[in-house]
Amino acid sequence: MNTEGTVVHKSDALECRRLGYQLTDGSQTKTLVSDLNLRIGQGETLVLLGRSGSGKTTTLKLLNRLLVPTSGEVFIGGKPAADLDPVQMRRGIGYVIQDAGLFPHWSVAKNVSLVPRLEHWPEEKIRARVDQMLELVGLPAAEFAERRPVELSGGQRQRVGVARALAADPPILLMDEPFGALDPVTRAELQKEFRILVSELKKTIVFVTHDLREALYLGTRITLLAEGRLVGTYSPEEFLQATSPEVRAFAASLHPENGNEAGHNAQR
Amino acid sequence: MNWFDFLLHNRGEVLQRTIEHIGLVSAAMGIALAIGLPLGVALVRRTRLQRWVLGAANVLQTIPSLALFGFLIPVPWIGGVGSSTAIVALALYALLPILRNTCTGIAGVDPAIIEAAQGMGMTPRQVLWGVQLPLAAPVLLAGIRVAAVICIGVTTIAAAIGAGGLGVFIFRGVAMVNNEVILAGAIPAALLAIFADLGLGLAQRRLAAR
Repeated sequence: MNTEGTVVHKSDALECRRLGYQLTDGSQTKTLVSDLNLRIGQGETLVLLGRSGSGKTTTLKLLNRLLVPTSGEVFIGGKPAADLDPVQMRRGIGYVIQDAGLFPHWSVAKNVSLVPRLEHWPEEKIRARVDQMLELVGLPAAEFAERRPVELSGGQRQRVGVARALAADPPILLMDEPFGALDPVTRAELQKEFRILVSELKKTIVFVTHDLREALYLGTRITLLAEGRLVGTYSPEEFLQATSPEVRAFAASLHPENGNEAGHNAQR
Repeated sequence: MNWFDFLLHNRGEVLQRTIEHIGLVSAAMGIALAIGLPLGVALVRRTRLQRWVLGAANVLQTIPSLALFGFLIPVPWIGGVGSSTAIVALALYALLPILRNTCTGIAGVDPAIIEAAQGMGMTPRQVLWGVQLPLAAPVLLAGIRVAAVICIGVTTIAAAIGAGGLGVFIFRGVAMVNNEVILAGAIPAALLAIFADLGLGLAQRRLAAR
């Protein structure tokens, strides 16, 4: 699939049709997302890229129904999400947020076991799965299983967040700036490991970020949002060559020194 | 005869009044918890109603205790002279701290954690019992602690409407102009309050440290 048009329909893991979300507060209406069409193929990593307030996080929450769309529809595995039980549906969609959102009163192992426990897996299977997941994200169970989230570094917490989201082996993973709160060195480390993990696990991933570098590094396709609207969906190569002003503004953020130089030259 | 001798001399009655006192406080706290905790949970997301209910509970708290006991005597079903009227009034006093801390404790839980819990597929009930209540527990317990101490103090006044308790000594001592008798009621009541405060404080720190 070299361009977005050639994605085979039947393999779509997620689809948005004319998705919209408005907040009404008294007489004021605020549109957070409007008229959004997206198709996300199985095993693909789609990055939702945009500035703060562009509607990325809102879109993500519309996908797992933490927010209920005010217009349009979401399809999950071809089925309208509105027809599914939201609680049951979410157990099949991993969810990772910034700073992980781990339960501070639970141990690492219990945090990771959350969804298998909700799904009433047998105790032995849960324990084996937790060990396996912690191993997968590079935290040996023997050392980390019984720790509390406060006893972990930011990077370790985020790893546990990923392990928790993957524990019940959901086919879809939603990630909301998962590496946003980390220092640059840890972030680069986690991005690298995550890329390897993704290539092994073949999950369908929707990844929200405002960092173009991250988008280019992790995304198979990049969807740019601006003010709640879709600017376009591009492969990483296409993105760097696209000419729309919103894309250019983002691409320019990769090389801030160029803009300054141009200014200097003009002055001279 | 000093107050300690008086205590020793009348230890049978002191013990009986102390047990009455604890009984009144326990019954009132039981009612206040049974109403306050579920009501507080129900009010967490209803901010406007919450303001009204907390306001009403605040007003109740400002009514002098002796007056509240008096007001309740003519009320049918719960009124009359005796312990049932006292228990209702005491429960009303204990309600505010429990209600307020339930609301603020649950509202104070990090919204990102709640969102993660919902996003992972926990039902609203599982989020409440598994995440919100355990994380709010130290604040909730702080409210229960304040309520218990208030309740133990106000219960001494319940003797004025014939409910018994350690207040019996205090009112008797006032009538007799006898400090020893007053202290025989006041000191055990103060000790009860201190023990309740220490015990619940310990539980609160244990919960917070988890």
